[in-house]
Amino acid sequence: MQTPIRRDPDDRGYFGPFGGKYVPETLVEPIEELQRAYYEVRDDVTFQSELARLLKHYVGRPTPVYEAQRLSAASGGARIFLKREDLTHTGAHKINNALGQALLAVRMGKRRIVAETGAGQHGVATATACALLGLECHVYMGVDDMARQALNVVRMRMLGADVIGVDAGSRTLKDAINEAMRDWVTNVTSTYYLLGSALGPHPYPLMVRDFQKVIGREARQQILEQTGRLPEAVVACVGGGSNAMGIFDAFIDDTGVRLIGVEAGGERIEKGKHAARFAGGSMGVLQGTRTFVLQDEDGNIEMTHSVSAGLDYAAIGPEHAYLRHIGRAEYGYISDAEAVEGFKTLAKLEGILPALESSHAIAYAQQLGRTLGPSAIILVNLSGRGDKDVHTMEKYVENR
Amino acid sequence: MSRIAETFARLRTEGRPGLITYTTAGDPDLPRSAEILKALARAGADVLEVGVPFSDPLADGPVIQRATERALAAGGSMRATLDMVAEVRREVSTPIVIFSYANPIVRMGLDAFVDRAADAGVDGVLALDLPIEEADEFRAAMDRRGLDNIILLSPTTTDARIRKAAELGRGFLYGISRLGVTGARATVATGAEDMVRRIRAFTTLPLALGFGISQPEHVAEVGRYADAAVVGSALVALIAEASSGPDLIARVDAYVRSLRAACVPQQA
Repeated sequence: MQTPIRRDPDDRGYFGPFGGKYVPETLVEPIEELQRAYYEVRDDVTFQSELARLLKHYVGRPTPVYEAQRLSAASGGARIFLKREDLTHTGAHKINNALGQALLAVRMGKRRIVAETGAGQHGVATATACALLGLECHVYMGVDDMARQALNVVRMRMLGADVIGVDAGSRTLKDAINEAMRDWVTNVTSTYYLLGSALGPHPYPLMVRDFQKVIGREARQQILEQTGRLPEAVVACVGGGSNAMGIFDAFIDDTGVRLIGVEAGGERIEKGKHAARFAGGSMGVLQGTRTFVLQDEDGNIEMTHSVSAGLDYAAIGPEHAYLRHIGRAEYGYISDAEAVEGFKTLAKLEGILPALESSHAIAYAQQLGRTLGPSAIILVNLSGRGDKDVHTMEKYVENR
Repeated sequence: MSRIAETFARLRTEGRPGLITYTTAGDPDLPRSAEILKALARAGADVLEVGVPFSDPLADGPVIQRATERALAAGGSMRATLDMVAEVRREVSTPIVIFSYANPIVRMGLDAFVDRAADAGVDGVLALDLPIEEADEFRAAMDRRGLDNIILLSPTTTDARIRKAAELGRGFLYGISRLGVTGARATVATGAEDMVRRIRAFTTLPLALGFGISQPEHVAEVGRYADAAVVGSALVALIAEASSGPDLIARVDAYVRSLRAACVPQQA
C-alpha cells in the first residue's frame, strides 16, 4: 500500500508553506469557532447523513460520468470523459459546498448568511441553500460580474437573496470577497460567511475541499466501472480551485494519474490581461491566506482579466499551490479565445453548453488528447452549465 | 526606551491622555501627505499613524478605501511611504507607527521591510491582517531593529489572547472599540470602557482606543479610561474635502488642535 501523499493541513491551517489564517483581529476568534464547529461535524454521522440525503434527493447526486465520443474523435482520439456537475440542481458543483456550509451555519445557530460570488453560481447555490433552510441571504457581487452574469443575479433575487453590487477595485470576485469580509467583521456575532471556493483563511480551504470531494469519489468509481482502469489525466479549471480540489482529491494517491489544473490565460500573459497565477504570480498574502498571487512590486494586487467571471481572480487556493510545490499537480492555462472555442465545440459536438469556466478545462483536454493519443483516458470536470454565459457567447456565435 | 514608550511615559507624567492620528500615506499626494504629517505633529498629535495604501483594504470602511485609491493613483506604495517618513523624520520627533496590511510587508520581505522602516525613522508597526499566531518571524525581525510591534485587540479577542498580546506587544496596545470596519461614528461604542477594563486586567502596557472616534467630545470621553484616542476616518474625510482648496493644512491644523485640546489632565 502506498503512503498517502497528504491528508489535511497542519493545526495552523498550513499546506506546507501555503495557507494559514491571515485575518484581522476581530475575525480571529470567529475563525476559531468555525474551525471547532467544522471539526465537530466532520465525522458526525447525523450531520453527514443529512448532507448525503440532500445531495442525493435534492441535488441529484451522483452526477453521471459521460464519455464524449464525438469530442474525443475531434480531439486526437483520446477518450474524454466528462464528470457532469453541470447536471446538479442549480447547475454547478457549487451547491455541494453551499449546502454543507449552510447546514453547518444552522448547527452554529447563525441565521444570517453572507457570501461572495463571481460567476454567480456560488451565489445561486447559496441563495438556494438559504431558501431551503430558511436562512437570510446576502450576496456580494462585483458590478462588472453582475452585468456579464445578469441571469444569475435574477435567479438569486427570485430565490429571496439580497444581491449587493460592489463598485470597487476590479469590480469582480476579489472585491466581492473584500466586501463580504467587511460585512462579516461588522455582523460577526449573528452572521455566517459562506465562502464559495477553496480559498481564504483556514478552515475554509479544507472545509470547501471536503464538501467538494464527493465529485472525485464518485468519478473515480464511475471511471473504473466504465473503463476498468484509472485515467491518464484528470483536468479541471481553477479559479479559487474548489471544483478542481473536489475531483483531484480522490486521485491524490493514484500517482500514475496526472492532475492538471487549468487557469485563465485571458487575452495574453501580460499584467492585467489574465488570471494565471502560476504564470505571472508570486508568493503573497491575500484575503486570509498565503499563496500564489498576481501582484506588483509593492504587493498591490494586480487587475485580472478572464472571459469567465469564475476564474477572474488574483489568488489561487493554498492547497493547489502546495500540490504544485510538491509536484503532485501541474497547471496550465487556456486563453479566452480557446475557451470560447471549447464552449462552441462541446455545444455542437455533444449538445452540452458548458460554463465558460469549465470550457477552459474542455479546451485543455482537447489539446492534451492530441498529445496523448487514442490509447489515453482523460477525465474532465464539467463543473457547470453555460446558460449563464449565453449573453457573453452571443457575440461569438454565427447565426446558423 | 523606544520613542513610543517615552511618549507614553511623558503622558503619564502629564496625567493626560494622548492623541493618535491616522492618515493614509500619499493622500492626496505624496508631498502634501508629508506636509500633513508635519502639521499634525505641530498641532500636538502624540503619535502619528501612517497608513500604507493597499489595493485590498478589507478592514477599512469607505472613507479610508477612497483615501487608499487616491494615494495609489498618486504613486503611493510601501516604498514611497517609507521614503516619505524618512523625509518627515528630519523635522519631526513625534513617534511614527506604520499601519499596513500584511501583503506589502511580505512582498518587500520581512527583514528588508524592517531595515528600511528602521532606517527611515519608523518607531512601530501595526500589521492589520497579521495576527499574533502568524507573526513570529515578523516579531523577531522587529526586535532585531528595536521596532515596536503594535498589537490590535478587538471585542472578540479572548482573555487568553489578550494575555498573549500583553506579553508580545510593544509600545502600546491598540483596542478596536467596536466590531466592524474603520469609520467615524456619532458616538463612542457602548462597551468600550468595559473592554478597556478587561484588557487592563492583563497588562500595564499603554492602551489606545480607536475605530469610530471623530469628535473632541469622543476624545475626552475615551481619555477618561484609555491612555490615548485614535482618530482616523474623520481626519481622512477632512483631508479629502479640503484637498481641493487652498487651506488644507490650516483646516487640518484647526481640527487636530480641537481634538488635542480635549486631551486634558485627568484626576487621579
